[in-house]
Amino acid sequence: MLKKRVGIEVSLAVAEAVKLARAQVVSAYPITPQTHIVEELSTYVANGELDAEFIPVESEHSAMSAAVGASAAGTRVYTATSSQGLALMHEILFIASAQRLPIVMTVANRSLSGPISIWNDHSDIMAERDIGWVQLFVEDGQESTELTIAAFKIAEDHRVLLPVAVNMDGFILTHMIEPVVFPEQAEVDAFLPPYSPALRLDPAKPVTMGPVGVPEVYMEAKKQCEQALLDSKAVVKEVLGEVNAAFDRKYDLVETNGKKKAKTLFVTMGSLGESVWSAVDALNEDGEDVGQVRIRLWRPFPVKEFKKACKGAKRLIVIDRAMSPGSVCGPVAQELKNVFYGDKDAPEIIDVVAGLGGRDVPVADFREMYRLAKKGKLDKTYTLWGVDGNAD
Amino acid sequence: MLTDIAIDYEKITAKNLPKECMISSGHRACQGCGEILAMGMVTKAAGRDIVVANATGCMEIVTSPYPQTAWKLPWMHVAFENTAAVGSGIEAGLKVLHRQGKIKKKPHVICFAGDGATADIGLQALSGALERGHDMLYVCLDNEAYMNTGIQRSSSTPWGATTTTSPAGKQSKGQHTQKKNLPLIAAAHGIPYVATASPAFHLDLMNKVRKALAVDGPAYLHVYAPCPTGWGLAGAKSVEIARLAVNTKVFPLYEVIGGRFVISRKPAKPQPVLDYLKPQRRFRHLGENDVAAIQHSVDAAWDYLERLAKATGKDEE
Repeated sequence: MLKKRVGIEVSLAVAEAVKLARAQVVSAYPITPQTHIVEELSTYVANGELDAEFIPVESEHSAMSAAVGASAAGTRVYTATSSQGLALMHEILFIASAQRLPIVMTVANRSLSGPISIWNDHSDIMAERDIGWVQLFVEDGQESTELTIAAFKIAEDHRVLLPVAVNMDGFILTHMIEPVVFPEQAEVDAFLPPYSPALRLDPAKPVTMGPVGVPEVYMEAKKQCEQALLDSKAVVKEVLGEVNAAFDRKYDLVETNGKKKAKTLFVTMGSLGESVWSAVDALNEDGEDVGQVRIRLWRPFPVKEFKKACKGAKRLIVIDRAMSPGSVCGPVAQELKNVFYGDKDAPEIIDVVAGLGGRDVPVADFREMYRLAKKGKLDKTYTLWGVDGNAD
Repeated sequence: MLTDIAIDYEKITAKNLPKECMISSGHRACQGCGEILAMGMVTKAAGRDIVVANATGCMEIVTSPYPQTAWKLPWMHVAFENTAAVGSGIEAGLKVLHRQGKIKKKPHVICFAGDGATADIGLQALSGALERGHDMLYVCLDNEAYMNTGIQRSSSTPWGATTTTSPAGKQSKGQHTQKKNLPLIAAAHGIPYVATASPAFHLDLMNKVRKALAVDGPAYLHVYAPCPTGWGLAGAKSVEIARLAVNTKVFPLYEVIGGRFVISRKPAKPQPVLDYLKPQRRFRHLGENDVAAIQHSVDAAWDYLERLAKATGKDEE
């Protein structure tokens, strides 16, 4: 059957996905470049197209707090944020995962002040690496749509019961008009059953949520939460498999492009992956030994799958979209150095921090990174691309 | 601003006082704690069909150390400043579940928070929730300082009270600002019901809870809650000092129903504020002039309240 394929701004496609997922409560505060998503959702609610409560809260801190309350009450909850807004939620993000509440949130990735910048990089979510949420990165409109629906399924699975953040690059992806194929409502209903909470705030069966953790229990509680996050990897893989079957896709936790078993691999997350893909294809055509690994699942980090994807590689050129001031390199490269620590055949990890605050990184730049890396001309710690000086 | 609201509620009298306590004994509150006393009265009046959101603070700590709980009601604590926002989410969630036929009856939502969580760090979330009109009751348990963290001043601490961050000393009388008027701030949102209450007048308090739950939309209840530890007061004197606060007009009892101010209790022979200040260690450094200044501001505040009642009362229209 030929599906409906429409040209649509990706933000609106995400809102459509939330509608198809039948979210029951949406709490949100406007922040660029997330705004189009929640504007569209508020319109659906206003028009009666989505039977949900839209809570136009007075801050992102309250957006996440209301999401926590609504989720605890037993409803399917969605919110979206970005940048300073995510930072303002910081305190409550830990509590949402600690209380095992399956909230789904789109993060329209954006830089952090200062200087104030509304444009894209991954500084916002990288400052929230350790919140205990499942964290996905999407690359295009189709993936944004399908993984938003899948995120509810992952979050609400009783083996998971954790909030899920779907990261999509601000503007570069959120404001792009792309062709998207939407599933039918009946298909989504079959894929995603109504939310059935393990526990909820019900006078008929009172529970105490969010109690004091005395020293005798705190560490055990933390361990349980981490175990739930680690265990979620299998469910994410399973749900991606179901998405692949239902919508004819090939999503996986990590993906590879370019030459098989290449000596040099680019590592990317998010929409810059598509530019890198183009660069890798061109380099392969020139006979260069280069490939690409794209990380879709960032938390829990898929160590085994990532290592498998990198097998045989001598060099990883990691494209980091955030800085980690005072550390040895950017956050993704740090992660990968940890992943390979102690391995005899560990690849060399070269970190290129690129495209901060919306700085353009054209395809040619990746070819240049490859050329410099091959000649051993890229710094072994990290290079702030376009700023540190990358000449021969 | 003024709307006529008829509140249909089941009145509590000494004869039909609910027996069931929704907070178990064995909680860890201090002896003579006014907060737990008031919270017990509020939940008693509210009954079983309630969901509670509780701010970080004494009441959260003393009722919930895992694996114990004192709560017979569904209860949730998230953080310090966001109880009104958490309550908003719970209310919205229950509303949609009810609308979609997933629950038969929509329970009431009650938020509890101390004065710091309400007047200071949580004021924005409270204002947001009141403005959006969530159908819930927000109860501020006012013990006039951050007692849970060790008696630091809040913006609800009265002038002249010594705390660990507004200590009385050679250059200071203690707290040097006036108590923030939270009931008036709540009332300024134009919500249907605002009231002040005291555990020393339990029937008044409990009936105000009933009224607050009966109105459609947000209600705000500001409860005076003596803290023997923080105030330097014998535990057994808690209710006595709460009564004195009302009888000296330090803490007037009133309601704001649809914008109309109604004074609940006019002391026939108001006692001097000295009677109220004297038993409390937090005021013992004050001299005659200070007491006179407090008396003056208490009288002025009462006068202002009477004028509000007169200006907004039906008889005067």
